[in-house]
Amino acid sequence: MVDGSARISQDPEPRKNNRVHPVLKLLYKKRWAYYFIAPATILFCIFTVIPVIRSFILAFQEFRLMGNVWVGLENFKYVLTDPVFHRAMRNTAFYTVVMVPQGVLKALILASILRNLPEAVQTFFRGAYYLPGVASAVVISMVWKWIYDPNFGLFNFILGTFGFGPYPWLTSPKTSLTSIMLMGILTAPGYYIILYLAAMKKIPRELYEVADIDGATPFAKWWNVTLPLLKPTTLYITITSIIGSFQIFTSAYVMTQGGPGYSTMTVVYLIYNTAFRDFEFGLASAQAIVLAAIIVFISVYNFRVFSTDVQY
Amino acid sequence: MSNTTGSSVLGKALRPRKETDRDSTGGIHWRPRGTLQWIGAVLVFLFIVAWAVLSLLPMSWMFTSALTPSSALVKMPPQVSVKNFSLANFKDLLKKAPLLPRWFLNTALIASVATVANLIFDTLAGYAFAKMDFPGRDIIFWAILSTMMIPSQVTLVPMFLLINKLKWYDSYAAILVPGMCQTFGIFMMKQFIQTLPADMEDAARVDGCSEIGIWWRIILPLCKPGMAVLGISVFMGQWKSFLWPLIVLKTERKFLLEQGLTTLQQQFFTDYGVLMSGAALAAIPMIIVFFFFQRYLIEGFTVGDVLKG
Repeated sequence: MVDGSARISQDPEPRKNNRVHPVLKLLYKKRWAYYFIAPATILFCIFTVIPVIRSFILAFQEFRLMGNVWVGLENFKYVLTDPVFHRAMRNTAFYTVVMVPQGVLKALILASILRNLPEAVQTFFRGAYYLPGVASAVVISMVWKWIYDPNFGLFNFILGTFGFGPYPWLTSPKTSLTSIMLMGILTAPGYYIILYLAAMKKIPRELYEVADIDGATPFAKWWNVTLPLLKPTTLYITITSIIGSFQIFTSAYVMTQGGPGYSTMTVVYLIYNTAFRDFEFGLASAQAIVLAAIIVFISVYNFRVFSTDVQY
Repeated sequence: MSNTTGSSVLGKALRPRKETDRDSTGGIHWRPRGTLQWIGAVLVFLFIVAWAVLSLLPMSWMFTSALTPSSALVKMPPQVSVKNFSLANFKDLLKKAPLLPRWFLNTALIASVATVANLIFDTLAGYAFAKMDFPGRDIIFWAILSTMMIPSQVTLVPMFLLINKLKWYDSYAAILVPGMCQTFGIFMMKQFIQTLPADMEDAARVDGCSEIGIWWRIILPLCKPGMAVLGISVFMGQWKSFLWPLIVLKTERKFLLEQGLTTLQQQFFTDYGVLMSGAALAAIPMIIVFFFFQRYLIEGFTVGDVLKG
């Protein structure tokens, strides 16, 4: 995928009858390489490999201070029948199903418009769309909570001047999740716009010249040349935004604390609560594994669907 | 810009337009003709302007609210005007949240240390993976890279238990040590170092320079642009991190900024003037970084491009 380095290096082993084993000799010769990757590899083993394995073990255990007890599939059974988990899953899935397509579409349309503008104008808009993205999710969520304030918020004020409202936004279980989604819908996807613009820049100009000779209309060129060639970018954006929106946590934590009721409870929030409020580590691991399985499944499925004929 | 073709005044006047015309690939190439199409073009332009306004609105509302006294904010209609601007909220904020400067320093310090550590360890590993040939190189590299697919929630609980066992709970080691090098950084630096020519390294090796010397004297200086991109993204990522500090830090004095802000929100949840001034303080460094290093940030995205495959 990255380049042609996909072969495992096989240095010819020197066939000398020394006392030192040739493999050890080779390893010694290459010792600097191992020193260089040692910190990364050790950290990777301690903080990624072992925790992943431990997570699978924990998922089949009940956490007790005296020592964990094996409970077989109990945790998974509980998770899959737990109405709160179902609610969290439904909320998260609904959020993803709405947010991902609209985000990709918005990025594609805005990037396509920007690409045709003079460089300076393009830079300005790119900056304007991207700037809000540099603030953290906590900051953005705090600002939107204020915008949504039922009594003094900006939205109810603006709508009030037209004679609408006041609306409860985040404080009613009926509108809380939609309000969190509206926050994303009203934000320009700056990062994805930049990715699309970069991808568009790389499309060979000749393709458009050929289309010109055939007398294609601007829209036809966009539809038949640009869109197909943006497929790898679209795939990347779709997968990363699916992964991102399945992991939504901060906005729910800051804006609604998962409520009212469980109306904005998300899967990651539930994992957080299960583990660090209730200290049910086994159950939390099972929840996390179910979430990971769904994310991996969707990513692979997307990859299969999209990656047909992306070569050009 | 080359000047090979005719250099008449007209030709010069036309060239820039032609150049951008030919450069722009990908968008809808559309030059409006006639009144109707011009109206369409204006509408499209208004559309992108509206999105820009909408995108910038929350941030500008944050700054206006931060600068407007709380009492004026909770009136209907809100008494927001430039004349009212004052720093009262910031003073109020410092009085109500005396730990805020502390959190700010904590965050700046942690983010800086994390950045330096990543610059060292990611370039070391990236250099070895890019330029050195050793048994197991590709297996180890792909093993590390493939874990980027695993959602971080899977490791959340075991990591917490590990941190407890190491007695790192409520200490910065819990944040710094696991974040000393990042898969994304290793990958990025490998991609970057691969593009560097091998001549200088070879020359240095012939002159008897040690491998670590080559890394320090030759690779690092050549890596500066790549390291700028990496450093900025690590710094910003650490500055904005929320969930992990929330889990491993308990003492309020040790909190990081984002986490501190949420505790403020739970304490003063309707004092929006104070909250917005806190949010503004947290956002300002990121905005500064954005304005100074915009070019690197955007380059970083296109480096990440390669991942798409």
